[in-house]
Amino acid sequence: MAFSFPAFSYIIALIVDAFLIFFSIFHVIAFDELKTDYKNPIDQCNSLNPLVLPEYLLHLLINVLFLLSGEWFSLLINIPLILYHLHRYYTRPVMSGPGLYDPTSIMNADVLTVCQREGWIKLAFYLLSFFLYLYGMIVVLIAA
Amino acid sequence: MSNLPPNPYNNFPGPPQVNANAAPPTFNHNQQFGQVPMSQLPPGYGGLKQDPNSNSPHHAPPSSTPTNHVLQNVNNYSQSASSSPAFNQPGMMPPMQHSLQSSPMRPPMSAGPNSLPNPLPPQNVPLSSASPRTVSNANSSPTPYAPSYQPPQRQINDNAPPLIPSSQPSQPLVNGPLSSQPPVGPPKSQYPVSSSAYSSLPGGKLPPTGYAPGLMNAPYAPPSGPVPKPPGPTMTSQPNIPYSSAPVSGPPRNSPLVPPVSGPPVGMQGYSGPTTGQPVGPPRQVGINGPNVSGPPSMPPGPPKPMGQPPMNQPPAPMGQPPAPMGLASGPPMGPGPAQAQPYPGQYKNGPSGPPMGPPGPSTGHMGPPSTFSGPQNPPAGPQMPTMGQQNLPPMGHQMGPPPGPIVQAGVAPKSNMQNRYPQMGPVSGNYPNQPAQPMPSMTQQQANIMKQFPQQYLNQQMQQLSVTKQGFDQLWGHHMVDLLQCKHILPEYPEDPPEIKLAHQFADSSNCSPEVFRCTVNRIPETNSLLQKSRLPLGILIHPFKDLNHLPVIQCATIVRCRACRTYINPFVYFVDAKRWKCNLCYRVNDLPEEFQYDPVSKSYGDPTRRPEIKSATIEFIAPGEYMLRPPQPAVYLFLFDVSQIARESGYLQVACDTLKAHLEALPGDTRTQIGFICYDAHVHYYLMSEGLTRPKEMTVLDIDAHLEALPGDTRTQIGFICYDAHVHYYLMSEGLTRPKEMTVLDIDAHLEALPGDTRTQIGFICYDAHVHYYLMSEGLTRPKEMTVLDIDDVFLPSPESLLVNLGERRELVKELLTVLPQRYSAPATPASALGAALQAAYKLMAATGGRITVFQTCLPNVGPGALQAREDPNARSSKDVAHLNPATDFYKRLALDCSGAQVAVDLFLLNSQYADLASLSGMSKFSAGTVYHIPLYRSTRQWQAEQLNRMLTRYLTRKIGFEAVMRVRCTRGIAIHTFHGNFFVRSTDLLSLPNVSPDAGFGMQLTIEESLTDLQQVCFQAALLYTSSKGERRIRVHTMALPTASNLTDVLHSADTQCIIGLLSKMAVDRCMSASMSEAREAVMNVAVDALSAFRLSQNLPAGSMSSSLHAPMSLRLLPMYLLALLKRKALRTGTSTRLDDRVADMCHLKTAPLAQLMRAVYPDLYPVHELRAHLPRHDDDDDHAPDPPRLQLTAERINVTGAYLLDDGENMILYVCQAVSPAFLSETFGLTAFSQLPDEMRSLPRFDTDGSALLHAFIEKLNDDRPYASDILILRDNSPSRTIFTERLVEDRVESAFSYYEFLQHVKNQVK
Repeated sequence: MAFSFPAFSYIIALIVDAFLIFFSIFHVIAFDELKTDYKNPIDQCNSLNPLVLPEYLLHLLINVLFLLSGEWFSLLINIPLILYHLHRYYTRPVMSGPGLYDPTSIMNADVLTVCQREGWIKLAFYLLSFFLYLYGMIVVLIAA
Repeated sequence: MSNLPPNPYNNFPGPPQVNANAAPPTFNHNQQFGQVPMSQLPPGYGGLKQDPNSNSPHHAPPSSTPTNHVLQNVNNYSQSASSSPAFNQPGMMPPMQHSLQSSPMRPPMSAGPNSLPNPLPPQNVPLSSASPRTVSNANSSPTPYAPSYQPPQRQINDNAPPLIPSSQPSQPLVNGPLSSQPPVGPPKSQYPVSSSAYSSLPGGKLPPTGYAPGLMNAPYAPPSGPVPKPPGPTMTSQPNIPYSSAPVSGPPRNSPLVPPVSGPPVGMQGYSGPTTGQPVGPPRQVGINGPNVSGPPSMPPGPPKPMGQPPMNQPPAPMGQPPAPMGLASGPPMGPGPAQAQPYPGQYKNGPSGPPMGPPGPSTGHMGPPSTFSGPQNPPAGPQMPTMGQQNLPPMGHQMGPPPGPIVQAGVAPKSNMQNRYPQMGPVSGNYPNQPAQPMPSMTQQQANIMKQFPQQYLNQQMQQLSVTKQGFDQLWGHHMVDLLQCKHILPEYPEDPPEIKLAHQFADSSNCSPEVFRCTVNRIPETNSLLQKSRLPLGILIHPFKDLNHLPVIQCATIVRCRACRTYINPFVYFVDAKRWKCNLCYRVNDLPEEFQYDPVSKSYGDPTRRPEIKSATIEFIAPGEYMLRPPQPAVYLFLFDVSQIARESGYLQVACDTLKAHLEALPGDTRTQIGFICYDAHVHYYLMSEGLTRPKEMTVLDIDAHLEALPGDTRTQIGFICYDAHVHYYLMSEGLTRPKEMTVLDIDAHLEALPGDTRTQIGFICYDAHVHYYLMSEGLTRPKEMTVLDIDDVFLPSPESLLVNLGERRELVKELLTVLPQRYSAPATPASALGAALQAAYKLMAATGGRITVFQTCLPNVGPGALQAREDPNARSSKDVAHLNPATDFYKRLALDCSGAQVAVDLFLLNSQYADLASLSGMSKFSAGTVYHIPLYRSTRQWQAEQLNRMLTRYLTRKIGFEAVMRVRCTRGIAIHTFHGNFFVRSTDLLSLPNVSPDAGFGMQLTIEESLTDLQQVCFQAALLYTSSKGERRIRVHTMALPTASNLTDVLHSADTQCIIGLLSKMAVDRCMSASMSEAREAVMNVAVDALSAFRLSQNLPAGSMSSSLHAPMSLRLLPMYLLALLKRKALRTGTSTRLDDRVADMCHLKTAPLAQLMRAVYPDLYPVHELRAHLPRHDDDDDHAPDPPRLQLTAERINVTGAYLLDDGENMILYVCQAVSPAFLSETFGLTAFSQLPDEMRSLPRFDTDGSALLHAFIEKLNDDRPYASDILILRDNSPSRTIFTERLVEDRVESAFSYYEFLQHVKNQVK
């Protein structure tokens, strides 16, 4: 039951993942609000944009931990998402600030749908990976 | 965003007076119709009134507006209502359709005396013939024309409807001969034209007619015996004309377009011609050349009398005996005609003449200027004409073809078909010296007469056919089909009315929204999304919500009746459950009617609510009560930003802009609260103090050493600590709150004392020296404006805002003084720097409190301060396949626009650049603030025409109507949702557009999706509601409602497509695609639209796949789609391979995104008119109000250009008068006062006026064209051999250019892709 680095990684991953889940829930709600005309797109983008980079960085953080601790499987399943994040940020609209969402294009039905779908998929992914990390943590702890 | 008024639509609590019952009836009545106590009402107010808002002078007098004609008849609300409650007069409601259409373009068409059910223009008919079905009918139908037209013709027709010797070129010739044939009637002309173009020979059946063959080769048969040469009035001149160049040119012309390759002989085969499955020999006029060919072929059938003569005239061409086989096989001999056979579509241009003429290929390169056009055409024309006449008839048989022609035109008459063609033809002679040109004119006249005489016959014939044949039914239902490859002359000669919307019985009489305001890409909405997918058409609507309308019912009532659930305004398409309840047509909720609504002002009784204007008119304007305002209506506030950098000074625009502005200060829309202000910027900022007692403006400069300028100028805390002096006096200010001293320099040493900083009265404590922003102060007590310049462009501060925006009424003199001084002030050389960003930020701060309009004049790339940009364009890549840098380099301008939008400020940009200015980035300021981008490339005031253009543009801009702090919401029937918006605005929620300003020149597009099945609906409605503040400070709501029926099968959907609207929407989608993906992808997508739509049609009709077939069938409704798409691809915005400046491209994209449909269509597919024979197109005498000639439109191909002609190409922005070499001296002398063509300069920028008929007609015509556009177009007169003639020829979009398809090639491409 020694407290190993992999175990530490998983514990951190669990905590971070919980945050990520909250992020994606917020994301989904935010876009739903946009769709139902609850919020002004400018305000909504202003509240969403600052969260984009923290989310990406948190996600990157747990993967760095996995990398260092040699948890290859967990790392592997996260790599596609990392790549997606990189791609997404690389192709973002021209913006002076951080973030992804442009209030002038966000109301476009296509963009809105894509963003909403992205939110749901990520939410599912984070939820699943939460249980995976939990399992991984237990395995690591037991193995130790 | 918080500033925005709350959206009335959403928030609106239930209608206050839901149940009117409680209210005393009497009270209601009054209230209802603006019965607001008169005192409350605006002066002159009646229940209904005409729109007082129309600030612009244009609108004011109804009659004054060009558009008025139609409308005038309609009674105005305003007039009738002014004294009394709106409804007193029974007649009050004008029939909406009429009333709304501001510019009834061409009422005549539809209105023609012979009002047939058939909406199609005559021309169309012929086209339809191509379709197999039609053919059959044709046969069956009895020929009305009996004697003249022989049965044989029929056969021919069947196969190739187009038999008519289509070749246009030939037509010209034809005219001559035609005269002899009375019977031919107008229809023929139409036909022939179309068919000939593509079709090679008709079946071999045709007996060789003497004439036919002869045509081709024979240069001209000089003498058409029968034909009297009486030179038509116009024509006469020809003989005189020197033909020298002509012959040469003829061929060459074609050649350019056509690939040299086209071997003449190859002929038909290349084309599907022979191959075509149709039994009739030549049915598929595949051959592009068609025109030439067809001529002859048609002949055979024609045998009858008429033919005889014509043929005679022409020298026997080898072709002559056009037995069908000949055409194909003999192709080579035919040389000319068939020759087209060239494997290539491209050739089709040459088609007619090309091969025969001789050296098609090579010659093309050089165009003898004039000759090129006419050359080819002429030869064929001669022969063909005769044929045409004959042949035409047959086509008629098939389809309404002929009949329609006459029918439609009957009203309009003669001019339409026949004349159109003819003008072109006339010139033929030019090429062939031999020929006697004269016959031609006579022909036309005769034909015209014939048409007049026989319309009735045609009509009857048509009717008979309809009753019997399926085609008749098809036509009746608008289900015609056209073989695009055969119908070369597919463009209606006169603009068609948009397709009619046929609502279900119960609403059949309801007035629908004018198509100029509201239009949908299909006039019957597919019931399900899968059906829409099958049709592969884009679904969307185009709207021009703030269009200038002459007769707009305006209503003021206590309660605006709206659906409680979806907030829809009551409209003509609601269903009245009973007298007290109505069912919303968008959400189907049943609502109560307020009692007032049941009051019928006419009978003064309660009851039928359908007499209310809201129910009678699909476009209506309400004067909004208080709950529609979040804040008091804003005053009109205008702020002008002038770029005065070095380039701006060189361009000299400031003088023009200031003069124009000065001239129209009074005309600026607004009331007594109107405010105005000016800011100039370059690398320095200058303030002019013009306090009392000063004789000259004083210039001051503040050198701000510190970045923090917290103190406003004039701040009483300002203290002067030190004074230095050299050439000027420098003051150093150390006021409280400043961390570092501020330096000010007073340049005017003579009067510097008055300008001392801190002067309590002037409010300008200092002038920023060497800064980039110029403020103009006009505080009280100043006799002349004061200019201030702020150097610190990184952190803009505003000196005394209250004197920068001054009340226009109170300070008019001061403003005028300033406008006089400004241009002189900025005439000296300056630094080549422009701090646009800083100026914009300052402007935003200045305006944020009130909202309003910022007008920016920019001449160069803003290169300092915030929002600085760098040149991105690579001049060497201007013609590359993929265009980079279409997206903004920075989001500075977008963010600024969003801020502005939130503060109800719109930014309009006049880009007068002479070098790259990165419009892609700059346009963001207008795009998202609902502004407009105006672009005059390479502007120099020394170029008189550009100065005039700016003047006209600016005049319209300044004086047109304007709506402030507007929002527009578009609601759709449940089940349909808006997917994407196009235009300039900010989308604030899924169906709400924020429009800080709305102008009458702004159009919008919306893509729609079908989310739920509409199966159980009979109709689908769209309602656009525009809430705005008029320049008079009134809050108003303009509501447009459109209802469309649904369609349950693919055929109906395809046949109800509205091609123009599709093009309008596609152009916007393509621009978006360019930005989001790439230019090549966007172009690909545009091309695929044609392929998709035609594939869908093929499926619906079970036709063979395109690659398997020799024809390309399209529904009547979509027959122009490929042509327009091709034209769209050749717009500056989307073209590749031709050197296009990036800014020009982006400006064109902005135009495509925002232009209303009519303008957009003109820009995409300019109108080309023959103007050398305007006399032949004078309107009939009965319409007295319109004396302008009305020539037909020509297709944009060099084929339609004849050396003896003069042509006017009108794309909305510019008109190009293209004068060909062999134009008649009479025309030259009448129009230009010149005796010889060679005296005409290479380019002229204005059309002289002479006291001659010809000149008067031309001017009348041009003025008529200018009537329906925001401002008059620029005129450019080009000789056909001037070096800059490519300006004209590049607009001939159906011709091949180096890097782009010709129309025929494009069709071939599409055909091969159609699956």
